[in-house]
Amino acid sequence: MGKHIVIIGNGISGITAARHIRKLSDYAITVISSETHHFYSRPALMYLFMGDMTFENLKPYEDGFWKKNKITLVRDHVQAIDTLQKQLILSETSPIHYDELIIATGSLSNKFGWPGQDLEGVCGFYSMQDLEYIEKHVPRMNRAVIVGGGLIGIELAEMLLTRHKNITFLVRENAYWSNVLPLEESEMINDLVRSHHIDLKLKVELKSIQGDEHGHVQSVETSTGEILPCEFVGLTAGVRPNIEFVKNTPIETDRGILVDEFLETNIPGIYAIGDCVQHRKAPPLRRPVEQVWYTGRMMGETVAHSICGSKKAYNPGIWFNSAKFFDLEYQTYGRVLPEPAPEEAVFFWKHPEMLMSLRLVFNKSTYNLLGVNVFGIRLRQEVCQKWIQTKTHIAEVIDHFHEANFDPEFFNRHETRIKLAFKEFYSNIR
Amino acid sequence: MNKNITMPRKHSALQLVGLLFSTIGLLVFLAALFGYNFTDKFLWLTFSLLAVFLGIVLVSIHTNLILPGVISQHGMYYRSLSNRGVLGWIVGIVLSVFYIVLYWFPESLGFYGNTQPNSGFVALFDPLSYFFKNEPASQWFMYGSLYTLLILAFGIRYLFRYKHNRYQIFRTLAVMAAQLFLAFLIPEILEGLNSKDAYYARDIKFFWPLNHYFFEPWHLNNMVSGGSMGMVFLIWGIFGFLVIVPLLTYFWGKRWYCSWVCGCGALAETAGDYFRHLSDKRVFAWQIERILIHGVLLVITVVTGVVLYGYFSNAQTFLGLSIYTYFSKPYGFLIGSVFAGVVGVGFYPFMGSRVWCRFGCPLAAYMGIIQRFFSRYRITTNGGQCMSCGNCSTYCEMGIDVRAYAQKGQNIVRASCVGCGICSEVCPRGVLKLENGSLYERIKSTID
Ligand SMILES: Cc1cc2nc3c(=O)[nH]c(=O)nc-3n(C[C@H](O)[C@H](O)[C@H](O)COP(=O)(O)OP(=O)(O)OC[C@H]3O[C@@H](n4cnc5c(N)ncnc54)[C@H](O)[C@@H]3O)c2cc1C
Ligand code: SF4
Ligand code: SF4
Repeated sequence: MGKHIVIIGNGISGITAARHIRKLSDYAITVISSETHHFYSRPALMYLFMGDMTFENLKPYEDGFWKKNKITLVRDHVQAIDTLQKQLILSETSPIHYDELIIATGSLSNKFGWPGQDLEGVCGFYSMQDLEYIEKHVPRMNRAVIVGGGLIGIELAEMLLTRHKNITFLVRENAYWSNVLPLEESEMINDLVRSHHIDLKLKVELKSIQGDEHGHVQSVETSTGEILPCEFVGLTAGVRPNIEFVKNTPIETDRGILVDEFLETNIPGIYAIGDCVQHRKAPPLRRPVEQVWYTGRMMGETVAHSICGSKKAYNPGIWFNSAKFFDLEYQTYGRVLPEPAPEEAVFFWKHPEMLMSLRLVFNKSTYNLLGVNVFGIRLRQEVCQKWIQTKTHIAEVIDHFHEANFDPEFFNRHETRIKLAFKEFYSNIR
Repeated sequence: MNKNITMPRKHSALQLVGLLFSTIGLLVFLAALFGYNFTDKFLWLTFSLLAVFLGIVLVSIHTNLILPGVISQHGMYYRSLSNRGVLGWIVGIVLSVFYIVLYWFPESLGFYGNTQPNSGFVALFDPLSYFFKNEPASQWFMYGSLYTLLILAFGIRYLFRYKHNRYQIFRTLAVMAAQLFLAFLIPEILEGLNSKDAYYARDIKFFWPLNHYFFEPWHLNNMVSGGSMGMVFLIWGIFGFLVIVPLLTYFWGKRWYCSWVCGCGALAETAGDYFRHLSDKRVFAWQIERILIHGVLLVITVVTGVVLYGYFSNAQTFLGLSIYTYFSKPYGFLIGSVFAGVVGVGFYPFMGSRVWCRFGCPLAAYMGIIQRFFSRYRITTNGGQCMSCGNCSTYCEMGIDVRAYAQKGQNIVRASCVGCGICSEVCPRGVLKLENGSLYERIKSTID
């Protein structure tokens, strides 16, 4: 026994840390969080709204799990950290002392100071409270305006469609998510969004939001001067690390809380993990702030080792991610930039009729695989990552492409088409 | 939050026509049930069966074919029928009562054994029965016809609903064909052709111990006296459960049976699709499941052993207890009727579509043991892609907490998995794949 480890935030990072510390030690563990009493899956919020699941279904562990594993849950909000006294000041209950502290406070929705952003009927989409707020506004909603063309915006659009709302989607870029996706893929999503009767406005920004005499949102004005009447505005222009309450402590921050490769901050015994983190030195080919589910999970595991004396550096390996746009599944491995870098070349294949595409990025001179973008086909992570890791030649990747297929049995296979297209492409570039 | 939310659904003209058709068909059933004697039974039977069938198909054509994209599982928890609401309760109670009447009060359905001619609901099915075997319908004939009809109609709905998924399409076509041909048409035709032979089960996939009466003396005798055809069924039945079942389960897991050919599975997968998420996912339920299902397997093995002892030694009693009263009859009553029928189907809207398959079926228990320890089948997890959303666990009709494995990057090897493929279908990140492969490293974990 001995140390008391306190974790702020019961998201995937905080909870993974708690679980792994329990596996590795018998330290006392307390998790303080204000959003919900129990850990739930944030990416599943949309399914709660759409009636696919109940809140019970969103919880990855049964309620008895925490007691059984001697993890104390406290539902409260941390107001401040007293790094000298090593204690946390809470909203409701008396301060809690810690020996070591893990900050896992996640993110906040970006709000860029738009006039009217605090009107009734305007909100971001991040937390359970946001979801309840949106639900509350459903009955009086006829048209919703969604601002920001990222993953959360499109999820919100899909959600509101299931309640038959009219939707206008404002996207600053010239195509959906084009700061991440190459143009072909972006345009595929544009078409998909429009096929669901969503009014997609590209290269249009939000200028201001207007309210009625009760303070309810009434319309928005766009950068093109257009006035769009609406009863709801969803602000989904990205997220930023949730670190306000850390800023007036000696803990160093920049965009996020700065940590080393063992996820320790500049104050010994204080660690930070998950969405709220900025790596001082980003791991190879990774960005310093990465706000996705699995990086939170990996950091949770790493920090447990840092705390339990079996230190190992944070190593998330090769970048991967996945998402779903309505029914269209997307996976990415390695590095795929919207525009290829000078040393890169690209093989791109698109199914002639179906929504399905494959992009392989490789090195122009050595021909080894650098990145994969795939829509509408499921690929095996293990195989794709191995190809990238072992610098596999692009022709060999294509030869063995069937080994990467992860679609359910009996699905139509597309390797033959892809191979044919590649043959032609390859003879042209050689 | 979900109890107060309604998800508006816009009904199209096509759907309303469909609803109207089904309602008219059901009204004919009801009229027959309450004793109205249709003069032209052939006409009214054809009409009502077609109306119910077309109604179901028309409703699902609209929701699943005309609207863009995949409907998936949106709104399941907002609807009365699929969320244990008023409609769910009504359907559950009606189904349970139907089964109780079917098993123990067939005369209320108009079937009086051979003592007097059929009336009411069963009589409505006389023309079809005469068509096949030139005799009046029994309550079981009526039940078999309705059962098949529902599987076909809801099977078509299912095909529309999962039209983008070829695993689901093939599986559903197989299960529909198995019900129509193996369970219904072929046995009825064979019975018609050999109408002088006494009854024995002529459904070639109805293996012991799911068919708990296979080794009952009367059944053995009927097969033995059924000429070469009877002998074929006798040998096939024994060979099937000893060799075919383990062999196929070794290669493909128990899914080859449970979600590709079985009749109980067929109803669960088609009509039961509305209710699959109602299965209990708690570890506690899993513990109950293991005790119950293996208990039933043990009991039927003992009962069958005793019955065979009686058969070969010509004894009526075992340890002084009547074999019929203390072994065969209670099993048939408690397991064969109450569990498989009333609870198994009647409780769909309360406990999900696979209550029997999960907690009771001894054949599933037998194949489950093989699947768990000696089968090439597993569900593979795609590295670290799982985001613990819970769709897979929610829609697993067997109540397997798929997520618990997927979020650890661990393959899923579970005795109860019937390989329906729905977890893989609903996973928004493409994490799960049903596969057959080498037994080496079958249960491996990539994360922790
Ligand atoms: C709608 C949506 C969909 C998403 N979909 C995906 C996806 O598909 N794939 C993917 O990889 N990622 C997805 N993400 C991102 C992913 O959810 C996050 O990366 C992840 O949840 C971050 O986990 P975390 O543990 O770092 O923080 P969080 O999950 O944000 O948890 C932090 C918790 O700490 C609490 N907290 C914060 N400050 C305090 C305080 N001072 N006192 C007490 N408690 C506090 C918060 O209330 C919160 O509950 C999605 C995010 C959203 C919003
Ligand atoms: S684990 Fe998947 S395939 Fe197996 S029964 Fe459950 S949902 Fe079906
Ligand atoms: S549905 Fe997929 S992503 Fe969601 S918990 Fe299951 S395996 Fe994980």
